[in-house]
Amino acid sequence: MADVIALTYEISPDDFTRAGEASSDVKSKLKQVGVSPAAIRKVAIAMYEGEINMVIHAEGGKITVEISPTEIKMILADKGPGIPDIEQAMQAGWSTAPDEVRSLGFGAGMGLPNMKKYTDEMNIETTLGVGTTITMVVKI
Amino acid sequence: MTVRDAMNVLGARVLVGEENLDREVRSACGSDMMSDVLAFSKDHSILLTGLCNPQVIRTAEMLDIVCIIFVRGKKPDNTILEMAKERDLVVLETGHRMFSSCGMLYAAGLHGGAI
Ligand SMILES: Nc1ncnc2c1ncn2[C@@H]1O[C@H](COP(=O)(O)OP(=O)(O)OP(=O)(O)O)[C@@H](O)[C@H]1O
Ligand SMILES: [Mg+2]
Repeated sequence: MADVIALTYEISPDDFTRAGEASSDVKSKLKQVGVSPAAIRKVAIAMYEGEINMVIHAEGGKITVEISPTEIKMILADKGPGIPDIEQAMQAGWSTAPDEVRSLGFGAGMGLPNMKKYTDEMNIETTLGVGTTITMVVKI
Repeated sequence: MTVRDAMNVLGARVLVGEENLDREVRSACGSDMMSDVLAFSKDHSILLTGLCNPQVIRTAEMLDIVCIIFVRGKKPDNTILEMAKERDLVVLETGHRMFSSCGMLYAAGLHGGAI
């Protein structure tokens, strides 16, 4: 396909205050290439939730964003502990986040449901002890 | 209403964005859990929160929120305020608690919007 822009980000697990910088950067790049505000907001929210999850539940990882004329694809790959039960994790309100994460404003168990809600396609591949790769697509 | 109207209702103080007080706001959302906030996506919104860290600014950024109101006298630090400035947000601070702040704005005509 013509005109695919690919962006990659290494997500560091060390600094919670910087979590979200990649999503912020993607948001401004999408604005520059003229994607509609509604589509940008969907991508920004879904990616930000995923980025935060990589920092609080895994040990960081890598995010690739592919922008084509028809869709935006986000691939979030981490080498964290994996998700034992995807169906349970997808339920609104399910969270294993410790109190310390909750005091930072996360751990409501709403991230994965939000990612599903704001994207047109979402796929989770996970292996315990190996890692999780989440692929999301927003049509534009 | 405008951000200025909301500010007057709460007797709030402007920390960032003095020049943007005449922006229109149509709905509001109050929570200390950022993913609860992220589930809410409406144009021209205010975010009320008692959480005070950089992720509040990022959450507002992702949602295109117009104004953040820190309730119960929370004092955001300079890093947070600088981030808000870069993103062209208005930041207010009020001594009222979350419940009262939401109630006062609701009574003044600002609602949560349909789910
Ligand atoms: N990348 C990941 N690696 C391992 N476990 C994960 C990952 N993402 C999510 N999980 C698991 O799925 C649960 C639900 O995730 P979800 O994002 O919905 O909620 P949360 O992160 O706990 O809270 P919130 O997103 O509301 O701040 C998490 O508590 C965690 O157990
Ligand atoms: Mg989450």
